[in-house]
Amino acid sequence: MKLTSLFTSAAMALGLATGVMAEPTKVGFVYVGPVGDGGWTYEHDKGRQAVEAEFGDDVETTFVESVAEGPDAERVMTQMVLEGADLIFTTSFGYMDQTINVAKKFPNVRFEHATGYKTADNVSVYSARFYEGRAIQGMIAGEMTKTNIIGYIGSFPIPEVVRGINSAYIHAKKVNPDVRFKIVWAYTWFDPAKEADAAKVLIEQGADVILQHTDSTAPLAAAAEAGNVIGFGQASDMAEYTDGPRVSSIIDNWGPYYIERTKAVMDGTWETVNTWDGIGAGMVGIGAMTDKIPADVQDAANALKASIASGEYHPFTGPLKKQDGSDWLAEGEVADDGTLAGMNFYVEGIEGDIPN
Amino acid sequence: MDLSAINPVLLVASLMVAATPILLAAIGELVVEKAGILNLGVEGMMIIGAICGFAVAVQTDSSTLGFLAAAIGGAVLSLLFVILTQVALANQVASGLALTLFGLGLSALLGQSFVGLKPPPTPELNIPFLSDIPVLGPILFSHDPVLYLGIAIVAGVWAALKFTRAGLILRAVGENHDAAHALGYKVIRIRIMAILFGGACAGLGGAYISLVRVPLWTEGMTAGVGWIALALVVFGSWKPWRVLLGAYLFGGVTVVQLNLQAAGVAIPVEYLAMSPYLITIVVLVILSKDKSSAPASLGRIFHASH
Amino acid sequence: MIVLEKRPQPSQAWSMATPLIAVLATMFFGGLLFLTLGKNPIEAIRTIFYDPLFGEFAFYYRPQLLVKGAPLVLIAIGLSLGFKAGIWNIGAEGQYIMGAIVGAGIGLAFYPLEAWYILPLMVIGGAFGGWIWAMIPGILKVRFGTNEILVSLMLVYVAEQLLASMSLGLLKNPEGHGFPGSRNLNDYASTNGWIDQNVGMHWGVVAALIAVIFAYILLNRHMLGFHIRLTGDAPRAAKFAGVKPARLILFTLGMSGALAGLAGLFEASGPAGQITIDFSTGYGFTAIIVAFLGRLHPVGILLAGALMALTYIGGDIAQGSLGLPAAAIQVFQGMLLFFLLAFDLLTNFRIRLASGKVA
Repeated sequence: MKLTSLFTSAAMALGLATGVMAEPTKVGFVYVGPVGDGGWTYEHDKGRQAVEAEFGDDVETTFVESVAEGPDAERVMTQMVLEGADLIFTTSFGYMDQTINVAKKFPNVRFEHATGYKTADNVSVYSARFYEGRAIQGMIAGEMTKTNIIGYIGSFPIPEVVRGINSAYIHAKKVNPDVRFKIVWAYTWFDPAKEADAAKVLIEQGADVILQHTDSTAPLAAAAEAGNVIGFGQASDMAEYTDGPRVSSIIDNWGPYYIERTKAVMDGTWETVNTWDGIGAGMVGIGAMTDKIPADVQDAANALKASIASGEYHPFTGPLKKQDGSDWLAEGEVADDGTLAGMNFYVEGIEGDIPN
Repeated sequence: MDLSAINPVLLVASLMVAATPILLAAIGELVVEKAGILNLGVEGMMIIGAICGFAVAVQTDSSTLGFLAAAIGGAVLSLLFVILTQVALANQVASGLALTLFGLGLSALLGQSFVGLKPPPTPELNIPFLSDIPVLGPILFSHDPVLYLGIAIVAGVWAALKFTRAGLILRAVGENHDAAHALGYKVIRIRIMAILFGGACAGLGGAYISLVRVPLWTEGMTAGVGWIALALVVFGSWKPWRVLLGAYLFGGVTVVQLNLQAAGVAIPVEYLAMSPYLITIVVLVILSKDKSSAPASLGRIFHASH
Repeated sequence: MIVLEKRPQPSQAWSMATPLIAVLATMFFGGLLFLTLGKNPIEAIRTIFYDPLFGEFAFYYRPQLLVKGAPLVLIAIGLSLGFKAGIWNIGAEGQYIMGAIVGAGIGLAFYPLEAWYILPLMVIGGAFGGWIWAMIPGILKVRFGTNEILVSLMLVYVAEQLLASMSLGLLKNPEGHGFPGSRNLNDYASTNGWIDQNVGMHWGVVAALIAVIFAYILLNRHMLGFHIRLTGDAPRAAKFAGVKPARLILFTLGMSGALAGLAGLFEASGPAGQITIDFSTGYGFTAIIVAFLGRLHPVGILLAGALMALTYIGGDIAQGSLGLPAAAIQVFQGMLLFFLLAFDLLTNFRIRLASGKVA
């Protein structure tokens, strides 16, 4: 095949080009949303900027935003390779098969796929243990709620989201046995109006703490309007609400990982890894707690954070039962990553069913 | 399941807020369609309104000026539609789609430096005594002024179409532009004014999302409500009060759906989310017996050929 | 006083020239836009229009034009038949989704069986899914006189919800670690729609080309095509010529639905490979624009589809290499459409300076 050989020769030419160290290392980023989404993509782009700040003229970063999952993603990745990228971060689960396809064609280029599970010789996967942050959030929420009702806005019923709900619930329950979770599925990652509506509904039904797994600040805005309601920043710090309802936040902090992996490519030490880092490694950040949280609760939250960070405590530690009352983890037993990655059940005490 | 957790008074109050953006956009589009023009660019005009309103409100610290800017922004964008369909006689369906594409892109460019900012609050009316009446107070007397403006526009459009000479002419143009032209009415001029009005209303609707309902700016934040507004006009069979009813129904389905979920009722969310569209189709079928409702010249190109 | 005078016949020369003028105008105004964003306008325009076709890596981008353009052309051809007759199906996006769901569903139902007949069955299923979805507005229009523009548009949203439901439920990959989305159809020989991935050839590209030829023959050589054109140009004359409107409505809507469904199926079995929540990327709506840009003519649609595909691909390159924001590309595309639509005026009208007497 003539074109196949063209591909290989192009790839080889690039491989040679990367050998010359005078050239800056080229790093590409494929984004699923616009960099102005204020959430998921915004944070990945901050990670990209961190790479630029760290290495200055030694790197050249490029990005393409709002790339649809599917053939467009595959084309954009190939385009980056053709233009000389040495390392490409593909930042959405839906890019998984495309990343693997393109990686197969260009063995000399390294790929990093966020939140997926398929690896190859030149494809690593990385994700963050957001549920560790959820544990701290749940604890604060359990302590702070006066109505004992915590509202939770879910996006789609997938393991990532279910894991967060379970983790928050377990730790809210620990400090407040009377706590109840009201869960609303928005069936969207991003629709500010709908997220705001969902938050309002939860508040009207008595929730005074709102947890969210959608990316816009709309729920916080709704909480601000309602008055005596608190919420947390999601994905980014959402610091503009610190004088209002935001008491803390879970921050996606991709910068350190992106810097580390770029450095590995520069040094020639890059190899396939399956990274699932949490608070300890700094991939999950806990935003500054405001004075609305009483000092003793802040201390307890910081202690919990420290014990999770050091690896001393795992948020999913037995004894834990599933929602249907069956045993899941025995006393002292810790959930394995496989079960966590595919989590499709609620823990005991959560009301309602996971859709489908 | 805990249905008692749903507070019907708050539910009605919040569905009114949820319905206002589509109501504003739909009542504007109703006037446009009554004049015989189909402008599918509502989504584009709404998001331009959303960013214009947001940007001006943030800069001037006044939500009133923000809404004013939103109306102007929406009308200015609709001017492009005017040039295409009234001057260059281009197809309205394609022009409307192009307008949406353009509006979405332009709004994102304009809004680059406004991500993460907070707009000034739009104060709610707090009428002494009236706002404190149980049940009626929160539903009728405790909203922001723009929500009332939306209802006022509906009433105004209804009255204008029904009782005024201008309304009569507008309808005549929409029913049969050739006859209206023969009678000496300035078909193009009337249609241009209708389109600009539609643009201004859509702009207001967009700003209601970015300044009141959410309130923040992010790219693509209207997330398809412009299309719902289009459906609403037909749902209301080109009658202003029915459009209002339809808007509350649409807003209501969303809010009720979320309320049921929060109350722990196991409902298949995606099927409930389909329901407004299915209901619209059913309404369309029922209405189509009544041939008089749709403006007869809707979507047809007018050119005065002596 | 400037007046427009309708030409007795659309001008052949102008219909060739206007697209060129429109592209030039877009380059000029788009260039100004890029300049205000601090980019080199000439470089940006070259990146969008020239590089994908003749640049250093054209060997890769040219096949991608097929991948990006095929679904647009396939859908637009179907739509153009109805548009010509004044029947407005604007819900192709929904029909595209339904074709993909039904077609891919059939393929997945056979899993793990490998057999030669699976892909043909999927193709039939895809066409059927789109057809039945378009038949809903068709039958409602024929039976009750319901407005097809709105019914077909409403059904897009219904289809999108179904898509979400299918990706999370029935069609979810059981080995997908709980993530939404079906198995990858490219992984199984019987469900793989690719012919040769390196040259961008999949069965959808073949189908699009066949559809262009088929539509050309239908419209120019066939009685039915004559009826379609007649109904659009002169509905009353059509009635005298014995055209049965109901049959025409059902045929054109059904045809556009089936082609949109096919496009969905080919996308799912080829380039996309799977059904996911975000499977629909707006091809159904863009195809409406493509149909009009192509002046509802089969060959015109082919060219318009290629032009749209070019701006998408070139736009992504410009984002990556020049750092242009995606929004600027969108505005640029919007401008292109505006100019194409606006300058089309010159094809059908003559601009004349007239004195005094006003129309």
